Amino acid sequence: MRLPDLLALTTRSIIEARTRTLLMLLAMSIGVASVVLLTALGEGARRYVVGEFEQLGTDLLIMLPGRTETTGGPPPLFGQTPRDLTIADAMALLRDPNILRVAPISVGNAPVSHASLEREVTIVGSTRDFFPIRRIQVGVGRQLPDIPADRQSNVIVLGAALKKELFGRHNPLGRWVRVNDRRFRVIGVLAPGGESLGTDLGEMAIIPVASAQALFNSPSLFRVLIQASAKEDIEAARQAAIRIIRLRHDGEDDVTLISQDAMLGTFDRILRALTYTVSGIAAISLAVAGILIMNVMLVAVSQRVPEIGLLKALGGSERQVLRLFLTEAILLAGAGASIGILLSGLAILLVNQLYPAFPFAAPLWAPVAAVAVALSAGLVFGVLPARRAARLNPVQALSGR
Amino acid sequence: MIQLQQVERDFEVGDETVRALAEVNLEIPDGDYLSVMGPSGSGKSTLLNVIGLLDRPTRGEYILDHTPTTTLGEEQRAALRREHIGFVFQAFHLVARLSAAENIALPMVLAGIAPAERQRRVQEVLQSLALSDRASHRPDQLSGGQRQRVAIGRAIVMRPGLLLADEPTGNLDQHSGQEVVELLEQLNGEGITLIVVTHDAAIGRRARRRIRMLDGRIDSDEREDAPA
Repeated sequence: MRLPDLLALTTRSIIEARTRTLLMLLAMSIGVASVVLLTALGEGARRYVVGEFEQLGTDLLIMLPGRTETTGGPPPLFGQTPRDLTIADAMALLRDPNILRVAPISVGNAPVSHASLEREVTIVGSTRDFFPIRRIQVGVGRQLPDIPADRQSNVIVLGAALKKELFGRHNPLGRWVRVNDRRFRVIGVLAPGGESLGTDLGEMAIIPVASAQALFNSPSLFRVLIQASAKEDIEAARQAAIRIIRLRHDGEDDVTLISQDAMLGTFDRILRALTYTVSGIAAISLAVAGILIMNVMLVAVSQRVPEIGLLKALGGSERQVLRLFLTEAILLAGAGASIGILLSGLAILLVNQLYPAFPFAAPLWAPVAAVAVALSAGLVFGVLPARRAARLNPVQALSGR
Repeated sequence: MIQLQQVERDFEVGDETVRALAEVNLEIPDGDYLSVMGPSGSGKSTLLNVIGLLDRPTRGEYILDHTPTTTLGEEQRAALRREHIGFVFQAFHLVARLSAAENIALPMVLAGIAPAERQRRVQEVLQSLALSDRASHRPDQLSGGQRQRVAIGRAIVMRPGLLLADEPTGNLDQHSGQEVVELLEQLNGEGITLIVVTHDAAIGRRARRRIRMLDGRIDSDEREDAPA
C-alpha cells in the first residue's frame, strides 16, 4: 500500500467519525497543554528567583563581620566581634587584582524629614561603587560623589517612593532634608520600581558611608559587597579577601564570606526539581489521555468490524489493517498534540499580557517532550485496538457478528 | 483450477465441536460456472469462505492454481486473495464514505497500484458496468442493483480468475437480481470462474454445474452442458 493512499484513507475515516475524533483531540490537546503550562509555571518560578539573584550580580561576594564558629549555623548577620570591620579594611581589598569594586555598607533606621513631613526609613551608607554593584539606576540627579570612602559629605540620594512622600511632585534636587539631627542636601532620586530580594529600594535613602557611621555612631560596617573582576575570578577574589583581612586583623579569620553564586545555585536546583516534579504530574495526565485514546480506538474497532472484514476480503493483510489503525491513532495524537501546543502558546501569551512581571515561559524541552509523549501514547495505546482489528476473522467480521 | 482434497472444517460452539464441512472433495476447472445450494447450516458459506481463503480448513488440503494454500502464512494468503479472488456479498459491503469509483479502486489501493493506473482501470470497469454516470455517487445515493454492480466492479477490478458470490441477489428485487445474475454470467462467459452460493432454486438452476450441500457434505454434484 502506498503512503499517500494510506494517509488519504485514514484521514477520511478520521473526518468521517466526527464525535470520536473530537473526543480524542480534546483528550490529547488538554494533556499536552497541561504538560506545557505546568512546566511553564515551574520554569517561570525558577526564572523569577534566578532573576532576583542576578539583579544582585552573580560575580558578587558578601563579607560579614564575625564568623560562624561551628558548621551548620546560620552566618552571623549581625555578628559581634572584638575587631571591627572598618572602611579601611574594605578599601584595602581593592589592592587585589581579582577584586574590581568594593562597597562598604553601614545600615540603620532613622527619621528623614522635610518641612513638616517625616518618614522613618532605612538609611544605607555606602560609596559610589554601591550603585554599579547592586545595579541600581538613578532616575533624577546624580549618584553619590566620588570622594574617599572615609570622608563625610552631607549629600543624600532618595528612593523613589520616599521622594514622593516628602516632596510630592516638586523637584527635590538641591533641597535639604533632615536625618536625625543632621542636614543633607538631596543630589539624586533612584529610578522607580527597584526591588531586590524583597527589599523595597523605593523606601530607603543612600548617604556616604562615613556620614552614616557618624550618624549611627558605629565604627563597624554592616557588611562589604565585593565584586570580582569576572565571574571566573570569584574564587580567587574570595581567597584574596580572606588573606587581606587576616593580615589586617592580626592573623585572625573573623569575617564570613558568602557567594551570591552558591545561594543562586541552591535555589536553582530546588526549583528545577520542582519543575521536573510538576511536569511529571503533567506527564501522568498525558498518559491518562493516552488511555482515553485507546478506549475510543477500541470502540472504533468494534464499530468498524464489517469494514475491517471487507478490507481483508479484498486482499488487505493483517499488517495493512494494523498499519491503517496505527496511522489513524498517530495522526490523531499528532493533531491533538499540535492543538495542545497552540492552546498552551496562547495561554502563555495571555498570562504574559496580564502579568508582565512574572516570567511565565515554557522551556524548549517541554513542548518537545509533550509531543513525543503524546505520539508514543498514541502509538502504544493504538497498538492494542489495531492488533485486535487486524486479527479479526474476516468471515465473522463481514457477517457483523 | 481449484482442488479440495478431504477438506474438513470444525467449529467450536461452546464445548461442542460442530463439523461444518466433512470429507469434501471437489475439483473446479478454470472458467467453470458452479452453483452451491442447500438448506441453512449445510456448510455452503463455509465452503465458499474456505475457497475464498477467508477461512482455513481444519484438515485436508486446498490447492489453488497448483499452490497448496493450507501452509501459507497470513500475508501470502492475503496476496492470493488480492490477485486471484473476487468477492460479491449479499449485503454489498460497500464503504459508505467512499464514492462508487473509490469503492471500486479500493483493492488496487490495498495492492499499491499507482493512481494513474487505478484511474484508468476504474473508468474501464465503470464503463463495462454502465455505471460511468454514477462514478462520484456514494452508496446511499445508488439503488440496490447499482450497489451490487459497484460491488461486482470492485470484485473484478484486480482481474481475478475466480469470482465468489454469496447470495448476490438476496437483497435485491426480482428485476435487479436478474440483471446482476446476467452480469455475473457475462463475466463467466469472458472466462472467469464463477461460484454462486444461493437459496434461490431458479438462480441455482442456471449454473452448468450444481452442487447440493447437506450437513457439511456434498450431497449431489450434477453437471449439465450449457444450452449454448
